[in-house]
Amino acid sequence: MLQASNITFRVNGKALISDVSVSFAPGKLHLIIGPNGAGKSTLIKVLARLLRSQDGKVEYEGEDVRDASEADLARRRAVLSQAVEVAFPLTTREVVMMGRYPHFGGRPGPADEKITDELMELFDVTEFSARNYQTLSGGERQRVNFARVLAQLWRADSGPLSTSSLTPSTCRYLFLDEPLTFLDIRHQIEFMKKVRDFTDASDVVTVGVVHDLNLAARFADQIVLLNDGRVVSTGTAAEVLTAFRIREVFGVEPIFVPVNQGGIHLIFD
Amino acid sequence: MEQLRTRRSLLFALALIALVVLAASIRYGAMDFSVADIARALRSLLPGHAEPTLDQRIFLELRLPRAILCLLVGASLGVGGTLMQALFRNPIVEPGLVGTSSGAAFGSALFFVLGGILHFSESLWSLPIAACIGGIISTYLVFLLARSREDGRASIVMLLLTGLAVNALFMSAIGFLSYIARDPQARSITFWSLGTLSGANWNAVEIVAVSTIGGTLLALRYAKQLNALMIGEEEATYLGVNVNRLKWIILSINVVIVAVATAFTGVISFVGLIVPHILRMMGGADNRFLIVGSALTGATLLSLADLVARLSLRPAELPIGIVTSAVGVPVFLLLLRRRRYVF
Repeated sequence: MLQASNITFRVNGKALISDVSVSFAPGKLHLIIGPNGAGKSTLIKVLARLLRSQDGKVEYEGEDVRDASEADLARRRAVLSQAVEVAFPLTTREVVMMGRYPHFGGRPGPADEKITDELMELFDVTEFSARNYQTLSGGERQRVNFARVLAQLWRADSGPLSTSSLTPSTCRYLFLDEPLTFLDIRHQIEFMKKVRDFTDASDVVTVGVVHDLNLAARFADQIVLLNDGRVVSTGTAAEVLTAFRIREVFGVEPIFVPVNQGGIHLIFD
Repeated sequence: MEQLRTRRSLLFALALIALVVLAASIRYGAMDFSVADIARALRSLLPGHAEPTLDQRIFLELRLPRAILCLLVGASLGVGGTLMQALFRNPIVEPGLVGTSSGAAFGSALFFVLGGILHFSESLWSLPIAACIGGIISTYLVFLLARSREDGRASIVMLLLTGLAVNALFMSAIGFLSYIARDPQARSITFWSLGTLSGANWNAVEIVAVSTIGGTLLALRYAKQLNALMIGEEEATYLGVNVNRLKWIILSINVVIVAVATAFTGVISFVGLIVPHILRMMGGADNRFLIVGSALTGATLLSLADLVARLSLRPAELPIGIVTSAVGVPVFLLLLRRRRYVF
């Protein structure tokens, strides 16, 4: 369980998010939506404790994360960013292996090697294993980084894709900061499906930022609508995405198109 | 796995090459020593042997410490370059370019000159400490001045330009000191600004050995964290690295190893720039490999440069900084041209 209470984050006196209180349950996929400048990325960074809010607190299972050490957090919290630039020629496998860094001291153990290979397989990047990361395309890089981020949260005993029957002592937290930006539509959907599968593990709390309202509506269990640094509404897609709110917050006129299985699809006027 | 094996064999080969160069470095110079001469000289150190002859003393008190100091200083500069490049995530920085070396040289020169004028007693460690203080001040000055007023970060262009200015400042200060100095060693401005190993002795070897070996071993402990930094400061934080702490530690190691080396040899530029590049081309960018490799490669390259410095004008010698700059400047310009920097 991730709980944010009354968090306010300011830069030079200007509040980027103000008085945000929201909770995120394990096993559920939470997506944050909102217009540019709404504070989505800032909120993700505060939740992931890259930034510390001036007011309010962020708790992981009741534990205030303000003073948690970086090393401790890294074993249970991972963040997938929009794009990752590597300064020097690293191989793809070396980049994925970085996800295991928080879990070993000097050299990677057999479990780390195995997890790295498994995730490279899962994200279909095994063929790039020895290739220089810098030579990959944007979409390929993002797959590599997703493999790295999941390697960081992967448990050797029970894979995250199988819902563990054991009750793990601590939750794992996955944050996605606009991860779909450089992906084509097929990879966007594949990504969201993998996030969905991963989140089905009962101890995983997933919070992401996406731009596409339809993707959010299709994949999210809970949507958080942010505007001007404040939470406008939280709930299921049907609850949050009303014509009135979309008009108010995004300034566009939505048209709801019914699609099969009772779903809806938004187009904009 | 395969990469790991390649890197291990590379490091092994580099260690062998360093030994071969060391052997050449103790044999050839203003005066050549045969293997038999060297063996006899070393034997004279054992108890119960005759006092060493003049030639043997030249070998034991000048040639041998110089060769070893050269390995140590080269290793320091190589490791310093690797650390700076890893820290700034940029392959065109090195200790000489961000003011560390010139500040350290200034600190040492000031110490020499003031010591000569004020006649204060000096212990073995006062010179390296003076160099460290100089190195810290100049490095800090460069960072302070290069920092952008908006977000507090130093762009690489600002860093290089500020480094240039601070280097010029400290070099002219050294020039002034040489001008007013009484100590004949401090008087020679070429000693500080162009670098030379001609002042090598066993005291210097001892002190530089402590800082080089200690600094390198300490840096190795942070190699994994430096690797994480390659994918960005935010990403490194997410991987459990306390980035600010890491920056301070790495910068401190770098200042100490480079400043102590500079205290005894003056400013030797471009070794720290070239060495990490050669290694990355051969074995990739993993910092564990780079740190060990750059110690070995730096030692080898500087010993080769010193051989050139000693042999090219025999029996006189060239300042070693001229040799390293002659090779380093073209490489630096090439690297600058290959990347796109918009001013």
